[in-house]
This record gives sequence, structure tokens and C-alpha cells, in this order.
Amino acid sequence: MDLQHVNAKLLVRDAEAVDVERVIPVFHGWIQERTLEEILLDVADYRHVPAGPGVILIGHEANYSLDDAGYRLGVRYNRKAPLEGSAQDRLEQATRAALRACNLLENDSRLEGKIRFDGRNLELSVNDRLLASNNDATREALEPEIRVFCARLFAGKEYSLDYDREPRRLFSVAVKASEAFTSDALLRNLAS
Amino acid sequence: MKASNALWTEKLAGQMPEDLAREIEIFENEISLRKQGKMDERVFAETRLRRGAYGQRYDNGQRHDGKKVQEIAYPSGTLTKGPNTLWDAPGMQRIKIPAGGLKGAQLETLAELAEEYSDGIAHITTRQDIQLHYVHIDDTPAMMRRLAAAGITTREACGNAVRNVTACPLAGVCRDEAFDITPYSRALSKFLLGHPDCQNFGRKFKPSFSGCAQHACGLASMHDLGLVAVKRVESGVEKRGFQMYVGGGLGAVPYQAKLFDAFVPPEELLPLAQAIARVFARLGEKKNRNRARLKFLVHDLGIEKFRELVLEERRNLPHDHRWTEYIETAGAEAERPLRAPGLVPEATSPDFQRWLTTNTRPQKQEGYVIVTVALPLGDITAHQLRALADIVRRYTKETVRTTVEQNFVIRWVSGADLANLYRDLHAAGLAAPGAGTIVDIVSCPGTDTCKLGISSSRGLAAELRRRLGEKSFEQDAAVQNLHIKISGCFNSCGQHHVADLGFYGVSRKMAGYAVPHFQVVLGGEWDSNAGSYGLPVVAVPSKNIPEVVTRLTDRYVAAREIGESFREFIARIGKAEVRKLLDDLTRPPADSSDRSFFRDWNDPREYSLGDLGVGECAGEVVSSADFGLAAAERQVFEAQLALEGGDFAAAWQTAYQSMLEAAKALVRSELADLADDPDEIVQEFRARFYDTQKFFDPFVGGKFAHYLFAAHRHAAALPTPEKARHLIEEAQLFIEASHNCYNRLATPVSV
Ligand code: SF4
Repeated sequence: MDLQHVNAKLLVRDAEAVDVERVIPVFHGWIQERTLEEILLDVADYRHVPAGPGVILIGHEANYSLDDAGYRLGVRYNRKAPLEGSAQDRLEQATRAALRACNLLENDSRLEGKIRFDGRNLELSVNDRLLASNNDATREALEPEIRVFCARLFAGKEYSLDYDREPRRLFSVAVKASEAFTSDALLRNLAS
Repeated sequence: MKASNALWTEKLAGQMPEDLAREIEIFENEISLRKQGKMDERVFAETRLRRGAYGQRYDNGQRHDGKKVQEIAYPSGTLTKGPNTLWDAPGMQRIKIPAGGLKGAQLETLAELAEEYSDGIAHITTRQDIQLHYVHIDDTPAMMRRLAAAGITTREACGNAVRNVTACPLAGVCRDEAFDITPYSRALSKFLLGHPDCQNFGRKFKPSFSGCAQHACGLASMHDLGLVAVKRVESGVEKRGFQMYVGGGLGAVPYQAKLFDAFVPPEELLPLAQAIARVFARLGEKKNRNRARLKFLVHDLGIEKFRELVLEERRNLPHDHRWTEYIETAGAEAERPLRAPGLVPEATSPDFQRWLTTNTRPQKQEGYVIVTVALPLGDITAHQLRALADIVRRYTKETVRTTVEQNFVIRWVSGADLANLYRDLHAAGLAAPGAGTIVDIVSCPGTDTCKLGISSSRGLAAELRRRLGEKSFEQDAAVQNLHIKISGCFNSCGQHHVADLGFYGVSRKMAGYAVPHFQVVLGGEWDSNAGSYGLPVVAVPSKNIPEVVTRLTDRYVAAREIGESFREFIARIGKAEVRKLLDDLTRPPADSSDRSFFRDWNDPREYSLGDLGVGECAGEVVSSADFGLAAAERQVFEAQLALEGGDFAAAWQTAYQSMLEAAKALVRSELADLADDPDEIVQEFRARFYDTQKFFDPFVGGKFAHYLFAAHRHAAALPTPEKARHLIEEAQLFIEASHNCYNRLATPVSV
């Protein structure tokens, strides 16, 4: 299976306390400062849509967002451009990018520490129905890859997988770690 | 960009109508040719536009990030998909939805595309289309294939073609309609799609149908071809027909459509439309885009001559069996309910009661209800589209349509199902109340994504929606029912001319900075198929617009007479009084350290740092050009007052003088001792600003200068009320363009 267009979303804690509007100038700042290696283009504000994509930093290779889909607020990385490498490389690239963005938000003084990874919850999805339909065949094909990746990400600690089985949606799995990690710790795990 | 793009052809083979499959294949080949440099960028631009693939803001590869202009280093480098439009820059895909009608499976397809190729949002436009933003051109053939397999085409969604045929979304269920116009609108849409007679227009051509004359649903008077259902009795037999209007349109200078025929029988509908298309293709302007809409042709020829030419064309048309064959089966397609009729329940909560009040209305068929799903700014997520698909399957035979107010309506809902349907909509975040009220604000994309946007129409709409939403149900009923419509520039995509409170984006300089503003447009009428157009009263900084709304609505509540509509109220108190009421709001805050005033809604970037070079620390430097332009604005306002007072000759003359004043202001910035002689002003303006193209707008070129030249040529004319009104609109635009020209010239280019 050609695993492309991986999305990774890190849920944030105390979502009710997060003022999503405050991320708008931060994302604009990332464009100004060219904070990320990817080409960043603009900021789209969808706060008016309930359980929507929130505020999106539109990029060429990928979009970053503070996303509220399913009323689960999180930092999302949505890979648009195809990527070379193995399935492990692509899972790692998306997760690392989401972690890095989350880390930047956690440490941005303008946000006063209000945006924090909740430590346990990561959602992985594949934004291409033809490559990865949301069915048993895809789940069977991808689970071994996801398990190998999660073992690395959580440094061998336990975690659970919970698939979204609504066939019309994107292939998607909620990963929950049994113990809490910081974004720094997860980035270190991926680096080792 | 999607790794799966090439796989869709095989996957959907046999599932697409052959003609659409072939169309998409041709487009894909054109993409390849353009990439190989074997197709001219201009030709490619028109071909992609005719497939609905539009450009988007910053697609020239430059963006002002609030500090400087950044070059965007796309991987495809300098490859373009049109003049000054880089290949990799995201674009907008418009998807035609004839009469707004969709089925559950189509909603699901749109959800998939929004998720996979766009930003997860589908946007409903003011012409019942769907738009997806931030789409890569390489992804468009796969998208089009998936749409084609779902029975949807993007063909001729943009470009110089017949655009989406819009229709009253209540057709077939409305108590006030003459008859159901749905089959006729579909037949016209199908007939004109790709028709050889419609391939050589100088500009777009927009048709619309309405089931009655009194309501707004079809907006017939602002369309190139507007059709209003009527019935009449001939020899004791009731016959169906259409009032046919031609040559309406909003745009920079709006024109009311003219009545072409008071009763066109169904069998003449398609052939007459074809004859109109042929006349438009043959005689419509081709070189000057700015005068190429049908409205100019009708205006220039006069309706009598235009009618004569069309009827002659009609007589010579070879017969086409498609003209009438649909009529026999027209009734057979009529929608039917899924569920038995029932009574609307008692509301069990205040929220449900509010929603029932504003978002439902009874159908003409007893026991059934039309439900409006009000979408904030016309946006809906992929998840919500799927939920909507489930809901329309659960309660109806998938009878759902988009509306020109950027909402959905679900038709044929049994009254007995309303409580459950409300519960399901609520679970999907789709049960916002206030449909059709002051909070249900219509807005074009504006500076969010449109290349021509001047101010943030969506940002303003979101802010007004938030503020008004908080108090909407305590508001006076007359205020609740007002319509607010916002465009990001004079082009009127947000239909600001036909709102009670209309706004369109302009920019002004204040304290040496460019500041986003909106022109306040009053006097428009939404009902009676957009019965009359409003005029701009005054430009107000964007951040003061919420206060404009508060003051105008408060004054209306306090001072209106019994039964007086907002439009009547504004006409009675007069624009001078309105201007006085808003006067202090036109000025910058005393404390200019509050930088938020110099930014647009939801955009932390300084509106234009290029203006920093002028008078930043030296206090307010007002040049003679500033004074001259301000005088021009005053004069155009006086022209409006003259129009309001019925003195059309004075209105005409004053509007003309205001243009001269603005031109003089520009010329005097170069030639201080310019005389007051009109010939000399126009001559110098032409030589210094038109011939040199300094006046030219990056998008519309010298269009507005022609307004001055024409006004000067006809300075001694005796105007009709309509002509006086048009000249005022043109003068307003000329003055705006003069402001922009002066700002550009006074602004050091920042890179
Ligand atoms: S009105 Fe202007 S800003 Fe709005 S969509 Fe039309 S062209 Fe763009």
C-alpha cells in the first residue's frame, strides 16, 4: 500500500480554555519568519464553523491547523504533497511535523502556555480514499506499520488503537498512550 | 499533488457520462501541453476557467506578510497557468449546481473532495454554486472525474460562458409561486451547456428563474436573463409562461433588467434564449471586457432594437427537437415526499422555538415544511455534508437545494418529523437559528481568497454575525428581518446593492496609512426579485462598521413610522441625515497608537505597510490631492441628494463635476497650475494618467477612466433618471480608482 498524505493530530488539554483566535497572529508570524522549512502561504479562519477546521495555516506541502473536528481540539498536520520513502518515514514525518508545531505553540509567549499537548492522544489518518479506503483491508494492511511506529514513538510503552469504522470517512485511528508524554519527549523518541 | 490522481481514470471508467469523461480528458491533455510549454498561458487560462478552475489571491507568487512582500518559491518555479498566475499557487474550484439541487450521494462526493483536495470546507456561493478553495491545478482532473461520476459538472462554471442557471430554491413547494419552475430551469441549463452558440461571448452570461414576481428568490432583475413564472388564461384555458427580462446585472455599475416579453410560453423559452445568446455572441463587446456584459449591449441598443434583433434571429433558427421535448415529461420529475404529512409539534425548548420561527416555513402541500439549514458565511465542513446527506435520506427523498443566501433548504419534511430533524441537525452543528434574518449575513470571499478583494468581507461578516447573534432575539422584529450583504470590492459578488444594509470594500488613507474601509450602501431592495438597487452613502473604516449597523438600526427602531420598511425609512430621512449620523465614524481614532484600527478583521497584518513612508511621525500630512479627492467625494454625494430629490439634470451634472474634481486632483499632483477648464483637465488626465497607464488598476486596467471620458463627451446630455443614477455609480468608482491611483503613486514599493 502506497501510504501517502498522512495526517497527524495531537489533542490539546483543557480545550475549553483555549482561545483559538490567538493562534492567528502566531501563524502569520510563522509565515513572516519562515519558521518552518515548508512553503507557508496564508491563514484561513474557520472559527465560525462548529466542529470545523478551526484556524488553518495553509502551506504548499502541507497545512497546519488548530483543528476542532469532532469537537476534539488539536494541532493537526495535513500532508498534501506526496513524499518519498517508506510508510514508516511518512508516518514519522507527519507526526514529527505535528509535534514540532505543537511544541512551537506550547512555547510561544503570546499564547501564555494555554496550548498544551494532552500527553496521550494522537490521531493518525490518511487523506486519500483511493490509496487507503476506510475498510478492513486497509486496517489489516496498515496496523503492522502503525504498531511498529507507535512502539518507537512511545518508546515501547503501552498504547491502544481505536479505529474510526464509518466507511465514508477517511481511514483514521485514534492512538492513546497509557502514560503521558510531553511533545519534547515524543520528538526525542522519534530522534533516537 | 495527490499521489492517487492518475488512478481515478481507471477507477471511474464507465461511471462518468461519456461527454464529460471526454471533456476532462481534453483538459488533462491541455494541462500536459501547458506544462511542456506547448500551450499559450492565456489560452490555458480561459480553458481552465471554463472548467471552473479559478485563480486565487497571491497566485502571482507574492504576498505581503505584514512586514514585507515575500516571494513564494514554488517548486514548479515560473511555470504559469495564466498570465501572472503561478502553477503551484492554490486556486479555487467552482462547481455548478443547476437550480441548487443536490442528492445525498452528491453531498458525500463534495465532502470527500473538500477533505482531500481543499481545506475541509465547502462554500456555497451567492449563485447556488459550491466552491472549494486552496486546490492545486494538478488535482483538478481527478476532482472533475469524481464529480462527473456523481452527475456533477464544473463545465462553464467560470469564463465567458453561460454560468450556473439559478432558480428559486422553494420551487414546487412555495405557496406563492405561479408554478414549479424546476423542470424549465433544468432544461435551459442542459440545453445551453456547451451549446455552440454560447462559446463566443465577450463575458459571462447568467440566467435565473423565479416562481413569482414578489419575492427575492430568483433575483430576476439582476440577471442577464431573468425568468419569472406567470400564468394567464387564454380562451378559458390557463396557460403557463414566463416574464422574460434581459440585461440585468450587478458588477461595478448595476443595471436593472429590462422586460423583453411579458409572456413567453414554455415552448418558446429555449429557442428565445438561444436567439439571445446568438445576438449577444454576435454583437456583444469583445475587446473591452468592461463593457462586454449583455447589460451594455441592451443599454446601447435600447430594448426595442435588441428585441427586434432577437426575434429576427429566432425566426431564422433551425428547429431543434430539444426546445420542447422536455415539456411533456416536465411534471413527471416533480419531487415527492418520503414520509406521511404531519402537524408541526409544540416547541419543547426556547432554542427549538427560535429555530422553528426563523428556519421553517410551511409548504403549499399541507403537512409539509421547508427547513433552512443556515450556514455561517456559507461554509460547511465535510463531516457536516455527510451528516446532511444522512438527514435528507432519513426524512425526505433527498430533496435538498442550495440558496443564493448561501444556505441549504430541505424540502418535503413532514411536520411530524421536525423535532427529530432538529435534533439531528443540532448534533451535526447545523441547527443555527436566524435564517433569513439580520444575522444570516451574505458575504463574498473578499480578501480571504479573492484576488480582487480590497477589504475583508468575510472577516466583517463573521464579526457582525457574532455581535448581532448575541442580541438578535431581543431585537425589534423589523430589525431582525433586515438583510446585510457584503462584498470585498465594488464587483458586487456579495450582492450588496440589493441589501437593506450593503457594504463593499474600499481603501482610504488616514494619518499616512492605508486603512481598510467599506462603503455603506443603502436603499436596496431584496424583495420583488431585487426590485431596486442601493447607492453608496459614505465610506467608513472597516473597524467602525459594526457601530454603523448599530446606529442605523437603532435610529430605525426609534424613528420609523408604522409599517415603514427600512428602505422607505432611509428614503424619508434622506442620505444627508444618514451621513450626519455616521460622520464621526469616518474619522480615525484620536489615539493612533491603537494599531488594530489600521488592520482588517481577523488579520493581524498591517493593512498596507507600503504607506508607512508617508507622514508616519509628522502628524497628518494632507496634500492638495487629498483635499481634491475629498471634494470629489462630497460632490458625488451631492449628486445623490439631487437624485433623491428628483432633480436628475443636477444629479448628472454634479456627478460629472465630481469626476472632473477627482481627475483634477490627480493632475494637480503633477501640474500645480492646471486651469479649471474641463477640456484641459480631461486632456491632461488622459496624457498623464491614462496614456501612461499610471491610472490603470492591476485588474481592470483603464476601465474607470473611460467613465470620465464618456461623461465628458456627454456632458451636455439631458439624462433620464436611470442614466443619472448610472453616472453617479460611475463617478463613485472613478473617485475610488483615483484614490487608489494616488495611493499607489504616493507609496514606495516595498519588496
Ligand atoms: S466582490 Fe470583489 S472581493 Fe468579493 S468575490 Fe467579487 S471580486 Fe472578489
